[in-house]
Amino acid sequence: MIEVKNLTKRFGDHLAVDNLSFTVEKGQIYGFLGPNGAGKSTTMNIMTGYLGATSGQVIIDGHDILEEPEEAKACIGFLPELPPLYVDMTVLEYMKFAAELKKLPKEKRWDDIEEAMETAGILDVADRLIKNLSKGYRQRVGLAQALLGMPPIIILDEPTVGLDPKQIIEIRDVIKNLGREHTVILSSHILSEISAVCDHILIISHGKLVASDTAENLANRAKHTNSLELLVKGTPEEVRALVEKDSELEVVELKPGEEEGTAGLLLASKHEEDIRERVFYFFAEHRLPILGMSQDKVSLEELFLELTGEKEGE
Amino acid sequence: MLAVYKREFKSYFTSLTGYLFMAFILFFIGLYFTAYNLSNYYVASFTYPLYSVNFVFMIAIPILTMRTLADDRKSKTDQLLLTSPVSVTKIVLGKYLAMVSVYFLVCVVCALGPLVISQYGTPNFRTDYAMLLAFFLSGCAYLAIGLYISSLTESPVLACIGTFGALLILYLLSDIGGLIPIDAVGSLFTSLSIQERLMNFANNLLDLPSLIYFLSVAGFFVFMSIQSVNKRRWH
Repeated sequence: MIEVKNLTKRFGDHLAVDNLSFTVEKGQIYGFLGPNGAGKSTTMNIMTGYLGATSGQVIIDGHDILEEPEEAKACIGFLPELPPLYVDMTVLEYMKFAAELKKLPKEKRWDDIEEAMETAGILDVADRLIKNLSKGYRQRVGLAQALLGMPPIIILDEPTVGLDPKQIIEIRDVIKNLGREHTVILSSHILSEISAVCDHILIISHGKLVASDTAENLANRAKHTNSLELLVKGTPEEVRALVEKDSELEVVELKPGEEEGTAGLLLASKHEEDIRERVFYFFAEHRLPILGMSQDKVSLEELFLELTGEKEGE
Repeated sequence: MLAVYKREFKSYFTSLTGYLFMAFILFFIGLYFTAYNLSNYYVASFTYPLYSVNFVFMIAIPILTMRTLADDRKSKTDQLLLTSPVSVTKIVLGKYLAMVSVYFLVCVVCALGPLVISQYGTPNFRTDYAMLLAFFLSGCAYLAIGLYISSLTESPVLACIGTFGALLILYLLSDIGGLIPIDAVGSLFTSLSIQERLMNFANNLLDLPSLIYFLSVAGFFVFMSIQSVNKRRWH
């Protein structure tokens, strides 16, 4: 559906997007995840033809965005970071204008407008001037504009910004429903939002794609990077000496425990298998009783921080 | 293109801009009309009022042009326009033609001038309407210049000041030309002056090259505006 090849965008000296490549399949919801300034909006702006890339290529449904811009753009509904609203128009006037601009066929233009406005929940403000609307409503008008004509690809840049929690849930449901027939790409810097609705997650950091996988795979991957938190009877020195005997294990963190004569440590395995049993016998054999053990699962949140290089001390 | 055109045209009349623009020019035409035709001089010609209001454009044109492209960029509505399946050429042309249409309304009102005169004297309709045509096309040239300057910035205020400056220089061009001792350069300046060319029409001359000149200036600056919007994507 969408192919992005070696996309690079420079703003002067600043490298906003760095050699980004990915493909987007039909009928799925994709989430662009990354901290602020990671290049999410820039990538979206390039994909929709608003910005030109320094190098690289974007192909929308077989049409190059530069060579056949009109065909490519006709496939896309886009809600930018700031909804592009003419504030001196009423909502209905604006929707009519957008429908005409998108060249929706005349006969079904009214139905399209009604459908989009209903989906975004703005029918009750149809006759109000956009400048008098609250931020949440403006955001929804922008969303309605993107949904006009139900294009095969819908790109939403931070669609839930400015909405209250109830509206956020509504919009998420809208997006989930859209994802059945349309390709939806949305961006956010909020992980829970992405993991709640997206089938596929693309994590972007400093303009680079650092992970691209389904939500389940990423979650599994997060679990697999296993480590154990232990409380052992013995001094930290004894514990360290012992662990160093086993080349498979690695001490991540070691400090004296709260009780006298104990040591707390964070242990990581170089392999991905479950090491709990092995560690238990290993310590028992060397007469260092384990007082407590818990499996420390790295959450999706931590994986995200790790991948985007924002974790403390990295 | 029609969608952009309609929206722009309508927006000039949902805000004060269009009315202000029309009222401003028509007020001064009326003033000169009164002075030349109804009181002091009693000439039965509409060409003088049209010629005399040339300086008014310095202020009137920026009223209309300052927001046209600059404001879209400022309020990010250009993201809607530029990501829609409409070419940049059509977007810019739609906006330009909306301004031309507002200005055309001014000319429609002006077209009544010679008819009013004919009630009381014998105007030379050919000269008057030839002048009106020149007046219309010269205005189109001014509007294109304003459009281009508006495409260069995202601040309507800067666009306004820039357009005022550009039109002021254009207005003074024939005077500047007179100051330059080198004949060739001096006459080049004079020949670029829109005002100097309007003089020909006021002097009862249907000056075809001048009409072509006005159209060329309009075409050139509309083309430059399109290029300027296109270029912005690659900054």
